[in-house]
Amino acid sequence: MELTLWTYEGPPHVGAMRIAASMEGVHYVLHAPQGDTYADLLFTMIERRDRRPPVTYTTFQARDLGGDTAELVKRSIADAVERFQPEALLVGESCTAELIQDQPGALAAGMGFGDLPIVNLELPAYSKKENWGAAETFYQLVRNLLKPQLPAPGSPKPDPARWRSEGRRPRVNLLGPSLLGFRCRDDVREITQLLASYGMDVAVVAPLGARPSDLMRIPTADANVCLYPEVAGTLCSWLERQFGMVCARTVPIGIGATVAFLRELHGLLELELPAELQPGADGVCEAERRSRLPWYSRSVDSTYLTGKRVFVFGDATHAIAAARIASRELGFEVVGLGTYSRELAREVRAAAQELGLEALISDDYLTVEAAIAEAAPELVLGTQMERHSAKRLGIPCAVISTPLHVQDVPARYAPQMGWEGANVIFDSWVHPLMMGLEEHLIGMFRHDFEFVDGHRSHLGDGAPAAPAPAISADTPVALGLQWSAEGEAELAKIPFFVRGKVRKNTEAFARERGLAVIDSEALYEAKAHFSR
Amino acid sequence: MASSIATRASAETDLPPPLKESGQREVFCGLTSIVWLHRRMPDAFFLVVGSRTCAHLIQSAAGVMIFAEPRFGTAILGERDLAGLADANEELDRLVAQLLERRPEIRTLFLVGSCPSEVIKLDLAKAAERLNQQHAGRVMVLNYSGSGIETTFTQGEDGALQALIPLMPSSDQVQLLIAGTLADAVEDRLIGLFHKLGIERVASLPPRRSTELPAVGPGTKLLLAQPFLSGTARALIDRGAELIRAPYPFGVEGSRDWMAAAASAFGVAPARVAEVLDPLVERGQRALAPMRETLAGKRLFLLPDSQLEIPLARFLSRECGMELVEVGTPYLDRQLMAEELALLPSGTQLSEGQHVENQLQRVRQQRPDLVVCGLGLANPLEAEGMATKWSIELVFSPIHGIDQAADLAELFARPLRRRHALSFA
Repeated sequence: MELTLWTYEGPPHVGAMRIAASMEGVHYVLHAPQGDTYADLLFTMIERRDRRPPVTYTTFQARDLGGDTAELVKRSIADAVERFQPEALLVGESCTAELIQDQPGALAAGMGFGDLPIVNLELPAYSKKENWGAAETFYQLVRNLLKPQLPAPGSPKPDPARWRSEGRRPRVNLLGPSLLGFRCRDDVREITQLLASYGMDVAVVAPLGARPSDLMRIPTADANVCLYPEVAGTLCSWLERQFGMVCARTVPIGIGATVAFLRELHGLLELELPAELQPGADGVCEAERRSRLPWYSRSVDSTYLTGKRVFVFGDATHAIAAARIASRELGFEVVGLGTYSRELAREVRAAAQELGLEALISDDYLTVEAAIAEAAPELVLGTQMERHSAKRLGIPCAVISTPLHVQDVPARYAPQMGWEGANVIFDSWVHPLMMGLEEHLIGMFRHDFEFVDGHRSHLGDGAPAAPAPAISADTPVALGLQWSAEGEAELAKIPFFVRGKVRKNTEAFARERGLAVIDSEALYEAKAHFSR
Repeated sequence: MASSIATRASAETDLPPPLKESGQREVFCGLTSIVWLHRRMPDAFFLVVGSRTCAHLIQSAAGVMIFAEPRFGTAILGERDLAGLADANEELDRLVAQLLERRPEIRTLFLVGSCPSEVIKLDLAKAAERLNQQHAGRVMVLNYSGSGIETTFTQGEDGALQALIPLMPSSDQVQLLIAGTLADAVEDRLIGLFHKLGIERVASLPPRRSTELPAVGPGTKLLLAQPFLSGTARALIDRGAELIRAPYPFGVEGSRDWMAAAASAFGVAPARVAEVLDPLVERGQRALAPMRETLAGKRLFLLPDSQLEIPLARFLSRECGMELVEVGTPYLDRQLMAEELALLPSGTQLSEGQHVENQLQRVRQQRPDLVVCGLGLANPLEAEGMATKWSIELVFSPIHGIDQAADLAELFARPLRRRHALSFA
């Protein structure tokens, strides 16, 4: 038993729903009690989808348990097949149904639906979670559909460069984008455009927007692109083993990764590397200029970003990418890196080690919050959970990963991948921080009446009269630390937006030195101590 | 006890028999009620003993984490716990100790049963007893079921209140007891009005502090503020309370009748009731008038969800002039609903239970102007061109009482006004 207040991932059958709801022509019969239908609103409310996910729940109740729930399963399956006429049927159970062991998959298989592909999903609800459920469902579905196409053992692997002899452009599959993933829809568009600009076509995008018949075309591509390893990793490995399909595994988030991704794909497909992807004398390749991030990052206004301390937490894919962008492309100092994706813990550990850190692998958001508080970063890059923790700690935050909120599904085009993704990332990570020039000017003019509390004229009447101090309730003022009147007066001269941080740092410093009273001297001592 | 809340004989002769349906439902389970109960009793904590699905449900239903440090959590069952029950009990004790250490402000801990804990027959009543001994004097441990195999949406509150009833002290004192969670401001207002009417002692269940439980006994006259408290009503009647039969306090008419019924039970003269309430009624109707203009003549379809459907249908038809196409309810308690059923326009089609596909088919055939439904169906129906009102807002918003009637109507008028306001040509 494990105590959870918030959870990063739903149960594995929600992962299966993500696959079903992402596709066309697939229906999922889920043996589940009535409350489990809540999962519909993840799609209709968070994703603002205009239709219900293609799921039929058996909605069993306590009074059904005495009777024949297996009969209820069969009736639900028959109804769903008749009503929705799916091209492929997924059958599975939620946590409660798993306990009553009706084996809905086996029941469906015996119902005589002829050619209808039926995938029996066995997703252990008490040991696995959402991303695993999505990956397993995607893999089982494709495996089931491709069974007739399996090459005989020992047959030669397909040549990834056969596009040349066949007189066509190389084509690849984009695997892993799904509903409730982070900005998948926009990433697919961005990567499709990116590949097109290098003369490559996209054969199949799946599961997002695919039909079962599309999945059957997967082997016609020259290579796979594992865009979201959490969802597509299992399938890509299987396609590599069984069909000999090569797979690009670099996830193109950030400039460096986008360049590396393109180079990897060119290599796999035996395409000649264009000049603009070759590193120049200064180590910069021409293609980078297709994004504004490198220049914005080098521009003088970004000087203030230097060494900003950031804490990164999310799914493995986005956390690894974020750490890399933060440290190399924005000049931040990464002071924490972690993930809730245990399946990909090894990769995150490796990324953390590169930065001289120990990765935090946990699905307990309170542990993550404690780690953030301990690291005292200036920016948090995390999930909705970290957004809350950061708010409580008074630290700015940008959301980089699922679990997400309706506000993380924007109307505008906002990819994370490719050149445009890098632009989006620059904006969305930098905006929560104070702009450089702004910070500088405010420092210069801090005694100006404009910056006295309550006189933020540019905010109009909506400005708060007394800005809330950015300290959490557990600030250890209670531990015998006291501010002298003179110390308080000095603290009040500091602009309100950094006052909370100064207070916290000074108190930490005072505690370390065993000071009982904080006066202005202590304040300046602390300032000297913390200045780098 | 059933006889003490007998049905009004002639109540529903004008109504056709309700459509009884069973199939896929689109209803939250009783766990969801934690989301408003924890706000009502800030010194209580709700620990769901269940699966990852339960944890995911309450966080999704709560609007994805609007609370920084929630007063609810989930003890997630793992494979190890399913292997043997003794183990699960030990695990639960360990988690509760851990939780209480972390949250010293908790005075009442509700162990909330879920589908998996019920299917594996984890005895939470026994666990609560044991934990009460372990933490005696520090915290009170109670249990109830919010499982989806036993309860729908608002029934969770019914379960939570029933868990509190055995702990309520006995007293013969004459008092009015209001049962059902109300917004604090609304409750203050209603209690103020009862005082004005001359009813001195007014108590509430649930109380604002979980440890300050009201007394109950033969002097208690029970007034239900929410229509989904069948079990609570019966348990309080068993403790000696007398149920005041009234419509529920939604809308001007319902709220007036509700207060007047209480006044009458306390022997307050009708003239005094008129003196206190009629100015409010007049003002309430004035406030309602603009909303009525938007709503009158519009066709309304209510899907079964919160159990508020019948009282709302009564208010929206009688006071706002809406036309009722179908009024769904997850279950129909004819005794507690008798006063409401009597006020429904003749011919109103009720439906009990749900087969969501069939019901949606009727919605599509009828093309009502407004559909009241759960969150999972709202956007798909909007996409089909039908305006919707989410039922979850109705259990979160202050909608009880004469003064709130216009606000209540506004919740239904807004989606219609919004559709009218939009134009992309």
